[in-house]
Amino acid sequence: MDFLLTFLRATPGSIGQGLIWGIMAIGVYITYRVLDIADLTVDGSLCTGGALCVLLIVNGVNPWVALICAFLVGMLAGLITGLLHTACGIPAILSGILTQLALYSVNLRIMGWGTDAGTQATLPVSVDKFPLVVSSRFVRELGVKNPILMLLILTVIVIGVLYWFFGTEVGCSIRATGANQNMARAQGINTNVNKVVGLMVSNGLVALAGGLLAQYQGSATIDMGRGAIVIGLAAVIIGEVVFSKVFRNFALLLLSCTFGAIIYYFVIQFVLRLGLSTTDLKLLTAVVVAIFLAVPYLKGRYFSKSSKARASRHA
Amino acid sequence: MLDVQNIAKTFNAGTVNEKCALDNLSLHLNAGEFCTVIGGNGAGKSTLLNAVAGVWPVDRGSIFIDGLDVTHLPEYKRAKYIGRVFQDPMTGTAASMQIEENLALAMRRGKKRTLRRGITKAEREVYYEKLKTLGLGLESRMTAKVGLLSGGQRQALTLLMASLQQPKLLLLDEHTAALDPATAAKVLELSDRIVQENQLTCLMITHNMSDAIRHGNRLIMMNNGRIILDISGEEKRHLTKSELLEKFAEVAGVQEETDSVLLS
Ligand SMILES: Nc1ncnc2c1ncn2[C@@H]1O[C@H](COP(=O)(O)OP(=O)(O)O)[C@@H](O)[C@H]1O
Ligand SMILES: [Mg+2]
Repeated sequence: MDFLLTFLRATPGSIGQGLIWGIMAIGVYITYRVLDIADLTVDGSLCTGGALCVLLIVNGVNPWVALICAFLVGMLAGLITGLLHTACGIPAILSGILTQLALYSVNLRIMGWGTDAGTQATLPVSVDKFPLVVSSRFVRELGVKNPILMLLILTVIVIGVLYWFFGTEVGCSIRATGANQNMARAQGINTNVNKVVGLMVSNGLVALAGGLLAQYQGSATIDMGRGAIVIGLAAVIIGEVVFSKVFRNFALLLLSCTFGAIIYYFVIQFVLRLGLSTTDLKLLTAVVVAIFLAVPYLKGRYFSKSSKARASRHA
Repeated sequence: MLDVQNIAKTFNAGTVNEKCALDNLSLHLNAGEFCTVIGGNGAGKSTLLNAVAGVWPVDRGSIFIDGLDVTHLPEYKRAKYIGRVFQDPMTGTAASMQIEENLALAMRRGKKRTLRRGITKAEREVYYEKLKTLGLGLESRMTAKVGLLSGGQRQALTLLMASLQQPKLLLLDEHTAALDPATAAKVLELSDRIVQENQLTCLMITHNMSDAIRHGNRLIMMNNGRIILDISGEEKRHLTKSELLEKFAEVAGVQEETDSVLLS
């Protein structure tokens, strides 16, 4: 009974975290599923968004404006990864890793802006002093201050805008780029530009989620983005496994990322209550994501004997 | 319509795998010419089409389409003038997108893509009518994912996509090779019809001599990155398979001779 009660008490927190990471996961969905690129920039750009957002707020900038700046700086990070990949011919994975590594130094500089040392690993922001957009402080309160309400509205806006965008001529050509590059080029689509645009939108969203997360937890920290890509993938995959049978529309596919992230945080809460230490979570997440990524491959390899036979006949 | 002047392409230059796939090749196609291309495996047929389409830059020479020098244009810009159907039915369409979305992408080939709708209601009606002419029942499945279609259906759809925006040049690279004989015949017939209706200039590679003879109004044969036979007009119309084989033996024989002379 006790167990259940503490679990229930943690529910609003899981939903709040899940909604923020849901926006992040939607960013991951755009690269991983729409563009078919595994982009590791996000581990860095999440923190960049958080760090810049907090820095601006503590220097008196409106928290909403700070969030927009976080989005823009994320797009800049995506632009750099995109150019490394398309203009310089570096494989996408490596381009992302390079940007991510570079951002580690940049993030320390952002958080240390104006201090004597010039670099700093955390930057706090208090909801008592600044009118933050979201704060975990009020997650169990009823009313407009409750961050869940604000996050729900933001999620709907993000999904709505993306649904519109990927239905435009440009958006459709980005989807075609991810679906079949040869076909896209044969239809006159500049696949390089599209990849860059997709990476920019994706990292913009990830950095926006970083800005929200920093406000929510009251600080930006240098390791807030560590393993973000895996958490994002976990949310995308959980969402697909649970909802792929019912959700087909693009907007609903994006929504399933949000649901996936919320489910992820429920599971995390659950295993924490079971007595797992927070430091073990990354191991758990990595194992779960590895299993889910491996299952389709193993299924195809060991369970569909007929397709195997057909393949060997063609060879 | 197409003017290929002395183009050359060597793959893996300077390595043990060096392969001269196009050897100073020139080809001129008049508007409305439908030219079939035959030749053994590795003769350079696909390489010629890829060079024209701009998949990679050529080492030497120039390519003109309708008088315009496209030699240095990237593939996606040349696409404005070129419709293509590939050997692998998977290559020409986006499997994870709907039939009508694929058509809408093709409708915008060579046009500027903006933030307007990716597909409009008025377009859908056009696509419905066009799909109906294929006679495959695809018009009733316009929102189905293309990945669900058979190889023949996908090739037919790709042909339609290639002709939606009138191309100056249609490039068909063994586009029936992956299909069963009955489907292949249907797709070939459809290709004929589309070329005729739109009066397209077309290059069609085929591995089937009879098809090469039966279709089009010109025939070229390639070997070692060169055109070794070029038949058109009256001669093409009355060409038979045995004649073609004879001519091939003739040209190939001459070549072997010169090769052996060069080697000794
Ligand atoms: N992208 C490539 N890289 C290396 N070699 C290639 C490439 N494309 C074609 N080749 C080589 O060029 C030669 C001609 O190939 P291709 O034009 O595909 O022949 P085909 O006439 O059968 O279509 C072959 O020896 C092939 O191995
Ligand atoms: Mg070929």
